[in-house]
Amino acid sequence: MASYASRRAANRIMMGLCWAATLFGLAWLALILVTLFWNGLAGINLDLFTQDTPGPNTDGGGLRNAIVGSLIMTALGVGLGTPIGILAGTYMAEYGRYSRLTFYIRFVNDILLSAPSIVIGLFIYAALITEGVEHRIVGYSAIAGSLALAVIVIPVVVRTTEDMLLLVPNPLREAASALGLPRSHVVMKIAYKAARAGLITGVLLAVARAAGETAPLLFTVQSNQFFSLDLTKQMANLPVVINNFAGKGYANWQQLAWSGALIITLAVLTLSITARALSAQRTQK
Amino acid sequence: MADVTLGDADGKSLSVPLQRSNAVGLFRLTDRVFHTVTFVAALFVLILLGAIILSLIVGAWPSIAKFGVGFLVGERWSVNKEIFGALSPIYGTLMTSLIAMVIAVPIGLGIAIFLTELCPLELRRPIGIAIELLAGIPSIIYGIWGFFTLTPFFGQTLLTASLILAIMVLPFITAISRDVFATVPPVLKEAAYGIGCTTWEVAKNVVLPYTRVGVVGGVMLGLGRALGETMAVTFVIGNSHSIAASLLSPATTISATIANEFQESDGVYRSSLLELGLLLFVITFFVLAAARIMLMRLERKAGA
Repeated sequence: MASYASRRAANRIMMGLCWAATLFGLAWLALILVTLFWNGLAGINLDLFTQDTPGPNTDGGGLRNAIVGSLIMTALGVGLGTPIGILAGTYMAEYGRYSRLTFYIRFVNDILLSAPSIVIGLFIYAALITEGVEHRIVGYSAIAGSLALAVIVIPVVVRTTEDMLLLVPNPLREAASALGLPRSHVVMKIAYKAARAGLITGVLLAVARAAGETAPLLFTVQSNQFFSLDLTKQMANLPVVINNFAGKGYANWQQLAWSGALIITLAVLTLSITARALSAQRTQK
Repeated sequence: MADVTLGDADGKSLSVPLQRSNAVGLFRLTDRVFHTVTFVAALFVLILLGAIILSLIVGAWPSIAKFGVGFLVGERWSVNKEIFGALSPIYGTLMTSLIAMVIAVPIGLGIAIFLTELCPLELRRPIGIAIELLAGIPSIIYGIWGFFTLTPFFGQTLLTASLILAIMVLPFITAISRDVFATVPPVLKEAAYGIGCTTWEVAKNVVLPYTRVGVVGGVMLGLGRALGETMAVTFVIGNSHSIAASLLSPATTISATIANEFQESDGVYRSSLLELGLLLFVITFFVLAAARIMLMRLERKAGA
């Protein structure tokens, strides 16, 4: 057995390293946020929200088309994915809680949850778009992008819905059933209500996830340098615009990329903090 | 319960037994419809997985047919001659992820030990949330951040990409390790502290052995993320189809190759990129499946 002093020294060193690891992790977060604010804030002005993406090295211009496009596609993606996700989660928690099928679905869903998002983009491309082929269903379009985002959203919502419904105490369901409520009403009027905060958390997390995704949009919507509300056409969106503008070496494009990055980060972090606050409220009750 | 009407459309009231049988009939109908709809939605998740694999195989078929196994072992990536070998992207993907894990795993475990054993209670939640926020930052942000702040110092190299990946997977590893550390029964730790163990000895001899399977699961989950990460890597890796001995030379990964080259590609070139996507999906599928199986084993242990 090592001596008391050496054990104490080992403890000091290892615990010091744990402290250091934590500071290291927090330092990165701080560093990223500081750089984002430092570079992004300079470009935040009214033009950013009222003008469309400019050409390289020109004066003025903003991100209006990209912001609007991102809002539309995120809303559509979450709007399409959420109902499917909630219904699937409902089946897993309320009907097939102990079934083999639910076990497999949960397994597959967990894998889809962490699957590379670029593959989801390729999937929508291969399934719907495929250039130069006669059976193509849609072209590069906001619709295709929204579908890709929906595929990203579904596993997030399935997971939180199932988890949250499993937390609803069974006596609530039993009491409702004892009053003669049919199963579907027990789920819709009792379980959903009891799990409401959790379900909203899931949707917020899904919005946060979808809003920042770039890779699935690269091959499904691409981008559009003009303002467009046509869902069947290419549409500008923040992540892809940031991607296209950041590396090209034009000062005005880089500035817009930083400002866009700041906007996305703030939006995403606000959403996830709200989601966490909501779920914290729930667990404290 | 506005959807349950106890009268007919004209507003005339019906006899009580009829009202009741109408209502019960409606209940039965909604029950059946709701059950079926949720069941179909649940099946949809499975169908989605099948559809992803199937459409990628169909899209990649021209390339699979042309190159066969050579695609996996060929190092040559020549757009002009239409010869595509995926060895260098595969190498880049595995190498960057591996280095990222070597950096991130000890740090992530350190943070998790800090959060469960050392951290003052009132700081535990805020620090935990701050680390999780790192996970919420979209990967494109890591990409441009790395591009503007890291590449001026490190250049566009395999190592820069690994560093960015390490920062990205750190929160996943931390969050899962913290959660599995929390499954250690307090009585085990108290017993160890009671016989005079130091905090480090408790972590090393009680917490880590007890949660080993879960920690490995968490690490694999982080690995799954790292393997598939696209935007962060694309900006900093330099995108060169070569396998260099030095970590300080440009390289490429599967996802970076797809992201960079997809829009200019066509024909066999494009279907080679789809095959790369299929390959990435298969690799991450197995890594993530292994991660889930390990985490499930720990759950069963914690439940027992």
